[in-house]
Amino acid sequence: MKTKEPVKELLIEAGRTEGQYWRDLWKYRELFYFLAWRDILVRYKQTIIGMAWALVRPFLTMIVFTVVFSNIAKLPSEGTTPYPIMVFAGLLPWQFFSGALTECSNSLINNANLLSKVYFPRLIVPTSAVIVSFVDFMISGIILLGLMAYYNFIPDWRILTLPLFIAIAFAASMGAGLWLAALNVEYRDFRIIVPFIVQFGLYVSPVGFSSQVIDEKWRLLYSLNPMVGVIDGFRWAILGGESNIYLPGFALSTALVILLLASGIWYFRRMERTFADVI
Amino acid sequence: MSKPVIRVENLSKKYVIGYQQDSYKTFRGAITDAAKSLTNALNPRKRAKAQLDREEFWALNDVSFEIQQGDRVGIIGRNGAGKSTLLKILSRITEPTTGRIRISGRVASLLEVGTGFHPELTGRENIFLNGAILGMSKLEITRKFDEIVDFAEIEKFLDTPVKRYSSGMYVRLAFAVAAHLEPEILIVDEVLAVGDAQFQKKCLGKMEEVGREGRTVLFVSHNMGTITQLCTTGIYLASGKVIQSGNINSVIGKYLAQGSTNNGKMTLVSNIESIREKKKLFFKQIRLINDEYIESSELDVRHPFYINFDYEVTQPINNVDLSVRIHTSDGIAVLTSSQSDTVQMKPRNIGTYEVSVKMPAMFLMPGSYMLSIAAHEPMVEIFDIHEHILLFTITETGTKYAKYNQSRETLGIVITNLPWFESTSQLDKLDFVQTISKFNSKL
Repeated sequence: MKTKEPVKELLIEAGRTEGQYWRDLWKYRELFYFLAWRDILVRYKQTIIGMAWALVRPFLTMIVFTVVFSNIAKLPSEGTTPYPIMVFAGLLPWQFFSGALTECSNSLINNANLLSKVYFPRLIVPTSAVIVSFVDFMISGIILLGLMAYYNFIPDWRILTLPLFIAIAFAASMGAGLWLAALNVEYRDFRIIVPFIVQFGLYVSPVGFSSQVIDEKWRLLYSLNPMVGVIDGFRWAILGGESNIYLPGFALSTALVILLLASGIWYFRRMERTFADVI
Repeated sequence: MSKPVIRVENLSKKYVIGYQQDSYKTFRGAITDAAKSLTNALNPRKRAKAQLDREEFWALNDVSFEIQQGDRVGIIGRNGAGKSTLLKILSRITEPTTGRIRISGRVASLLEVGTGFHPELTGRENIFLNGAILGMSKLEITRKFDEIVDFAEIEKFLDTPVKRYSSGMYVRLAFAVAAHLEPEILIVDEVLAVGDAQFQKKCLGKMEEVGREGRTVLFVSHNMGTITQLCTTGIYLASGKVIQSGNINSVIGKYLAQGSTNNGKMTLVSNIESIREKKKLFFKQIRLINDEYIESSELDVRHPFYINFDYEVTQPINNVDLSVRIHTSDGIAVLTSSQSDTVQMKPRNIGTYEVSVKMPAMFLMPGSYMLSIAAHEPMVEIFDIHEHILLFTITETGTKYAKYNQSRETLGIVITNLPWFESTSQLDKLDFVQTISKFNSKL
């Protein structure tokens, strides 16, 4: 027999998984990658244009939004930024968020057979779902580069802060996703609610328009929508000097995102131990 | 020398049934429930009723046992005995309600073949995915990749999506991945029931190998043949409790004896007074007894068993012969045995008698049989007869046929062990007689 490191004794007891959990999460870290890899691989199997779908969808949405909000509704852009770039800077985090939310909330149910047959920290499943959407997000980022090249738009130093806003977007998707995933296991109502949230969210978030069109006195209230902070942040970083950020609103949104994430993890962890029995 | 690798103490698991009468819980349901329980809380009469609706079910009830390093443990019990729940708790899929388990060592559990396989992915991709799900690192999988492919015998189809695999290939691949985990403790639910006989043998071999290397195996199966081949110790569960644990043979004996539906016993008369007036001779009771002298209708193929019956004679009779006949459950007569085959027929005086017929070990092929008994004077009179009165089962616990995974219908009804011989040339009569006699003397 091979020599092994001394084995740690594992104690299984009602309501006692905490200490082991985070260590296991680290031990199973490759599973994040494998599950995400599986979902990406599967999504584009037996399709003709494959990964190009990740480009086509946001591109067409951007065109429609530009036509509807700029050409028809005559809404202003931020400064002199071309409207398509302004739209796309908002569309990028929004599509990430909505995709992640949808995938994440269904992730546990779609992997029900895994949950009831194998042990691993359950947090991996929804996280992988978010990672899948993140890959889509990176791919559609190419369109933004293309747009910038087309309009000869050069971002300034603020683009370097973009990772921070990506992290906030990630946290927002993760937080909301965890809540919905855990709730969905027990109450399948959320399977119906989620598409509605996503559809509704598109109109109450400043995706097709700039949040500067919102009256100043409503801005703070508007920032209760966590995606407002995220999208404003993206525009601020990408559009450079042309865009202004409404700081109190941004702070409020970010605080809400952090709260959402923390409570999401807490709730998920609390419900997790009964997943296999309930799903 | 060995220390317990698994120690289970007072483990219980409760499920609440009746609570989820609908297939899914709905949010509306939860809200109305919440409202109801709120009003019920204020109304003690209704509170009692609400608690009745939520019936508790103890899938495991105060289970305790220890498993030593290197043990190969068979967990047996009827459906619903709590076997799967126990495995689920041991593999940390679900939490116990009370009690605790101490495990030292890395656990890998295989509760289902091909968990996490994705039909759209190729064999190669699924090996990596499944490996990762079972807790292997990418490095480990890469290192064992060729071995896994070899074991599964699917080289040619590595890059085909598994949805196009035959079910046999699918199972082979899935088991191959799991078999190459290197856990200290391997937990396997009934997963070998699939796949062809040759592959099953290979899987069992692999599991034995795992056991020999000093690793611990927990194995659930309804197939006693597999259990006796593989396991050294056993745990017998019934209704969430440990009935017996220890040596595998005595555990299986207990399981078979307890599990039989009619307990191997049948009373044949209801109104003894009226029958006494009508019949010169009548049967009172019939019992099947295994070689540990326990009444049971489930009998181990490896051991002899006894057919015992009592009868009463109400008038003196000159010639009485007693016969038993065994049919397969689908009605083919297997044999008829009479007392007069071996013992001279003799008269009977008034009184009660008990008879016992010994059935040899390794004789009837595993399967279900029906028993008939008769008392008669041959060609003259039938005194009493009961046809197909007792159903019994011969259980496969490890005959040489177990490996074929084929039914009695294919292999025949009796187990034989005949002398065979073979020579390189065709024999003339003299040679044949000589060879045969030499061969026979060797036997």
